Amino acid sequence: MDFNLLRNIITRYCVGEENWVDSRTVYLGHKEPPPGAEAYIPQRFPDNRIVSSKYTFWNFIPKNLFEQFRRIANFYFLGIFLVQLIIDTPTSPVTSGLPLFFVITVTAIKQGYEDWLRHKADCSLNECPADVVQRGKVVRTQSHKLRVGDIVMVREDETFPCDLILLSSSRPDGTCYVTTTSLDGESSHKTYYAVPDTMAFRTEREVDSLHATIECEQPQPDLYKFVGRISIYRGREEPVARPLGAENLLLRGATLKNTQHIYAVAVYTGMETKMALNYQSKSQKRSAVEKSMNAFLIVYLCILISKAVINTVLKYAWQWSPDRDEPWYNHRTENERQRHVVIRALTDFLAFMVLFNYIIPVSMYVTVEMQKFLGSYFITWDEEMFDEELGEGAQVNTSDLNEELGQVEYVFTDKTGTLTENNMEFIECCVDGNVYIPHAICNGQILSAASSIDMIDSSPGGYRREHEDLFFRALCLCHTVQVKEEVTVDGIKRGLHQGRPTSFYISSSPDEVALVEGMKRLGYTYLRLKDNYMEILNKDDEIERFELLHVLNFDSVRRRMSVIVKSSSGEYLLFCKGADSSIFPRVVSGKVEQVKARVEQNAVEGLRTLCVAYRRLLESEYEEACHHLSEAKLALQDREHRLAQAYDIIERDFVLLGATAVEDRLQEKAADTIESLHKAGMKVWVLTGDKMETAAATCYASKLFRRSTQILELTKKRTEEQSLHDVLFELNRTVLRQCSISGLSIDCLDFGLIIDGATLSAVLKPNQDGTGHSNYREIFLEICRNCSAVLCCRMAPLQKAQIVKLIKASKEHPITLAIGDGANDVSMILEAHVGIGIMGKEGRQAARNSDYAIPKFKHLKKMLLVHGHYYYIRIAELVQYFFYKNVCFIFPQFLYQFFCGFSQQPLYDTAYLTLYNISFTSLPILLYSLVEQHVTVETLKREPVLYRDIAKNSLLRWPVFLYWTCLGVLDAVIFFFGAYFLFDNTTFTSNGQLMTTNTQMMFGNWTFGTLVFTVLVFTVTLKLALDTHHWTWINHFVIWGSLLFYVIFSLLWGGIIWPFLNYQRMYYVFMQMLSSGPAWLSIILLIMISLLPDVVKKVLCRAMCPTATERAQDYEKLLQSGTAELTPLSSCHSYKGTSTDSSHRHLGAVETLSLRRSDPLPQKLLAHLAEGGGADLWPISPYVLRLSGAGFAYYAPGPETSV
Amino acid sequence: MMASSYNAKDEDGNITVSGPGGGALRSKKPENTAFKQQRLPAWQPILTAGTVLPAFFGIGLFFIPIGIGLYVTSNNIKELEIDYTGSDMSSPCFNCSQSFSWNSTKPCTCTIPFHLDQPYDSNVFMYYGLSNFYQNHRRYVKSRDDSQLNGDSGSLMKPSKECEPYAYFEKKPIAPCGAIANSMFNDTLELFYNNPNGTKVKIPLTSTGIAWWTDKHVKFRNPGGSNPNFTAVFQGTAKPVNWRRPVYELDSDPENNGFINEDFIVWMRTAALPTFRKLYRIIQKKDDLLPTLPRGSYTLEVVYNYPVRSFEGRKRMILSTISWMGGKNPFLGIAYITVGSVCFFLGVILLIIHHKYGNRSNSADISS
Repeated sequence: MDFNLLRNIITRYCVGEENWVDSRTVYLGHKEPPPGAEAYIPQRFPDNRIVSSKYTFWNFIPKNLFEQFRRIANFYFLGIFLVQLIIDTPTSPVTSGLPLFFVITVTAIKQGYEDWLRHKADCSLNECPADVVQRGKVVRTQSHKLRVGDIVMVREDETFPCDLILLSSSRPDGTCYVTTTSLDGESSHKTYYAVPDTMAFRTEREVDSLHATIECEQPQPDLYKFVGRISIYRGREEPVARPLGAENLLLRGATLKNTQHIYAVAVYTGMETKMALNYQSKSQKRSAVEKSMNAFLIVYLCILISKAVINTVLKYAWQWSPDRDEPWYNHRTENERQRHVVIRALTDFLAFMVLFNYIIPVSMYVTVEMQKFLGSYFITWDEEMFDEELGEGAQVNTSDLNEELGQVEYVFTDKTGTLTENNMEFIECCVDGNVYIPHAICNGQILSAASSIDMIDSSPGGYRREHEDLFFRALCLCHTVQVKEEVTVDGIKRGLHQGRPTSFYISSSPDEVALVEGMKRLGYTYLRLKDNYMEILNKDDEIERFELLHVLNFDSVRRRMSVIVKSSSGEYLLFCKGADSSIFPRVVSGKVEQVKARVEQNAVEGLRTLCVAYRRLLESEYEEACHHLSEAKLALQDREHRLAQAYDIIERDFVLLGATAVEDRLQEKAADTIESLHKAGMKVWVLTGDKMETAAATCYASKLFRRSTQILELTKKRTEEQSLHDVLFELNRTVLRQCSISGLSIDCLDFGLIIDGATLSAVLKPNQDGTGHSNYREIFLEICRNCSAVLCCRMAPLQKAQIVKLIKASKEHPITLAIGDGANDVSMILEAHVGIGIMGKEGRQAARNSDYAIPKFKHLKKMLLVHGHYYYIRIAELVQYFFYKNVCFIFPQFLYQFFCGFSQQPLYDTAYLTLYNISFTSLPILLYSLVEQHVTVETLKREPVLYRDIAKNSLLRWPVFLYWTCLGVLDAVIFFFGAYFLFDNTTFTSNGQLMTTNTQMMFGNWTFGTLVFTVLVFTVTLKLALDTHHWTWINHFVIWGSLLFYVIFSLLWGGIIWPFLNYQRMYYVFMQMLSSGPAWLSIILLIMISLLPDVVKKVLCRAMCPTATERAQDYEKLLQSGTAELTPLSSCHSYKGTSTDSSHRHLGAVETLSLRRSDPLPQKLLAHLAEGGGADLWPISPYVLRLSGAGFAYYAPGPETSV
Repeated sequence: MMASSYNAKDEDGNITVSGPGGGALRSKKPENTAFKQQRLPAWQPILTAGTVLPAFFGIGLFFIPIGIGLYVTSNNIKELEIDYTGSDMSSPCFNCSQSFSWNSTKPCTCTIPFHLDQPYDSNVFMYYGLSNFYQNHRRYVKSRDDSQLNGDSGSLMKPSKECEPYAYFEKKPIAPCGAIANSMFNDTLELFYNNPNGTKVKIPLTSTGIAWWTDKHVKFRNPGGSNPNFTAVFQGTAKPVNWRRPVYELDSDPENNGFINEDFIVWMRTAALPTFRKLYRIIQKKDDLLPTLPRGSYTLEVVYNYPVRSFEGRKRMILSTISWMGGKNPFLGIAYITVGSVCFFLGVILLIIHHKYGNRSNSADISS
């Protein structure tokens, strides 16, 4: 998207200086302001054309090529290709040109096609009709012809063509409803407001007569921020200025709902709309595998260069004597002779580079990318990660990070909506210590009877009564809930059935809905907001009306919200609700102690608590508040900051009313998931904005903390008593002591740490005096490292990201994963190595900004333990194998140089050089990297411990890399010297075997190369076959197919005199080779020898020191053979014997894995399985697994069979 | 990407709080196919000591007999090698090697006597061998024009640039061009049997059937098709610089002359390694009763034309019989025997390991 940026810059530059200012002025209907106002400067803005395409027809080829060659790998191959073109090199330019051309073309076609689609989409968007008001009439035009300042009419269910300021709507109150599903995924209807002064302009004629200018900030991508000011001119009077905010701005891409039509003026068009600005690409995350891949590449580059240098030096040493340099049979041309020796040496060096350049495979990049792109489909296809309720499955936004899912060490999770359902249920409220618990809804019956209200304080005086009334009213008024009426179901208005229209509440915060609904159950029904009057149906079925004066919106910094209302009696009331920590300091009276006690008790039970307070405002106080607010709202700059200041002034001197408690249930299988993650060796951190007690209760419920967990507290409460320094050191000592003990004993006590936001910022605060106190940060990290679970409560969104950053930067550089569902998690999702969004109830912001989005927290388990694991082993094998097969490929060429006078003679034919990587050996590894399953999905889910086997990039560490490289070199040596000794034995230095009795053929150098190449292709493919643990029919097809393809290709390539080639060196070479017995014998022999070391190593390692994965494989094997035993005889009796026997074995295997389940399977289910017979066992298992989660294993022995 | 993505979702605005359902939603559900759910039926082999054991024993049992067979066959092949380079003072060819010059018109001949201890049955193959001759040097390998050799008349008069500096001689195109052709081996070797009665019998050598059939009949062709008048066909071309005769005078037989001369074809197939041998002649077995070459003393007569002293090369003449597996090469047999034994040995080790570790883990399983 940097192109757009460039475009913007250019446009601005062309337009001139004035566009660089911070705000823009928009003239409604392009009318000049009346004289006397500021000078009319017609500004130029881009038109409303959306350009998402990158290329045009003309610049496609140069621009696409430029972009492609910016990638270092492509550039490298281009360089090789150019060297081949310029100097005389051993291989023809075709060998590197063709693969490069292939890669570039495929990419270009793909990008071109995508761009063509974008062009089409752009076109249909730009040409969709839009209605513009011109000279008092509505004129239909095309969307891209809209200009800034045009007055646009939008009808119901139409999408806004650009960013608009709402002027008036068909609704009398000047509001309209909008859904922003396509922008941020939130499907709720949001209300937008017109400025009161323009509300009255209802018809196009009236609107057209409106004379006003809008000043607003320059376009910026934040969807939820907008500041502007509208000045309306009325004749010769001073213009009236009104503030404009995000609630006045209709965004392009949103849809108008429940409103017949609106009039609005365009302020941002085309590429300057917030939607367009939001599609700018996010910063690229790179996976650890990619990093190690690059490291390996550098090693190979060094190998390549050193090979070339060695050969060049040896060449000149060798040809020191002129008879070697230029024997009589092999003279140089005159031109070559005259060349300077330095140039010759340089040319030779480059020629060697070209000869060996295949060691860095061009196709690896393509294969890796295809693997990632195609592989990510398995995530989206996964049925188990599909959520019926939501109707969505997992989404992959970045396929670059698939393998990183298998490397996670730290999991940072949000609590609300992630661990919990975010499905709030009102549990109780407490007014001055009296607890009210609503019963089930009883048709609006008031349930304040003794049965439902737990009277703690038994002195119902007038004071109490008054507070109770205020409390309920406060909850009914202090919210931003909308009432949605009359939902049509199947065309029938549901309301008609019940006689009166039903309504339900919509809000972006489920807590508020729960509270308002809870109030309804307690007898106070919030009816609607009409003409700025909020209507409540109170206990006595009377409608009370309050005028809504101001809403002091909720934000996560203040953690509270307020409303200022005017009651029918003319009183000004400020109601505030918010977190206890943000309310209590502002309370001046009320029964603080009782409420506090209750709040804490509720929090311990894991309930979400809110405190409610109020303040009576005098007329003057109200005026003053109004003044503060309107001043802040009108500000063009720093509006946020000034609003916060204003709120701070207004929200004080509260009288505490009471508190509410809302329950948020744990998500299904959240505990099981966390347990699995722990077993997999991941450290789980919960980051939440909630109270410590609430969060801790959730943590216990979700088994993040267990009863055995020793909790370390690092909270404000504690640091108040002791200095932070002492606390940190003490904790550190505890942890270290425990660890030194646990070094001896087997069972280590696990620690859980609780830290709150305030302490965290103190810890992270950089030390002013660099001396004395050691860095807290280090100690803190040290403590964290030894804790299996950490709970961070009272976190601000930015602090969440800070924590992730802190851990990321710690000295082990662990891989982090952040998971969350709300907008407040976005920062941490973006910060972590892998960001996972939950498609939650609080909109789609997290899901949109994440790398992967899943419907529920429980899906994380499969995502990491199964998909992540698979992707990691797949890509690890892919990378290692690619390097291996290229070492095997190129090293014989290197060795051959010692036998051909360092003359850069290639060992293989051009066709083989070209096609080795792109067709003979590419498909099997690609397929392997897509479908390999070294253990089954069920095992992975059942045994999270297996995840530890691949932790810390274990398959791509240097020893493993070295092993593969050595194996490659060894195999290459075997290929080359095997062929060498076949051609040239020690007793009789001879070349040219007589191959068969009747035809006596001589083999030349090309036969030599072909023999090596044939052995190479077979060995390399069979090596992969040996590594494959999962042979589906596709694997068989591809592996045997690619070998067959090699043979057929070779037959064809050597079978014809190719008219377009100027050499025919391969003619019949392959056939002649195959017609000789010794060639067959030696091919078989060499393949065997090459594969032998690897097989022996594998078998020995498995027998001597098996990894958990290998044990799991063995165990699976046992299981399979066990079920196979069961299959023939399904009679109960014989089953019993085998079952006992096999469960012994199974148990044993489980024990060795130290994975024994504590909860054995109910006998009944086992019996059921037994009846089902062995054959049915496998198909059943996924179903059963779903029933009882991963804590289940159907082989678990029943009570009497266990020993 | 931008436009397409919001196009895809634009009409989803109706979903509010309604429950599950709707056709649009259901279609998002992934298909339950075995492939998409990664549940394709699969064979899951694991390389364990147990599974690999039989294979190792099998390989051992299979390879050792083959290796023994190969080794015995190779040992039964009789081979005789005579170095006639003449670098030694005592060598009969010493004079020839010392007095070599390209311009000399008088051929230098030397005679080397040798003795066969065993009679050579069946067909005997006669090779010449060169050492330290880099036929696989890059500059050398590519210095040829395959289309010229394939009889293309255009290339005949205008040889490929690859042939430089052996493409033109005094402005005339060289046929056949290139370094390979130019340096063709041109010693003449003849064998005589010294009859015990004192007479020398010349042994008939067959000079055809020594090249690949496809080379002789497809890849190499004389220009001018079947025109037997080579002089006319090669009009306007020059002979390679080092040759004494033009290409159309290599042999008297028109089927073995010009580019399809088999000695030439054999030479043109460049060797893989700097020490090599090439087939020179075949001594056909004539009589079923008599050996092709009986025991006794022989003489090798060499017309010494080919200089190797400058690059410290050696020249050899080799006589060899062949078997079903080709010429004498004990390497393959030894390798088979070795690999077979190693596999067998590894099999035994694995058996022990399998027994030890397998048992241990099994017993551990049960006792727990």
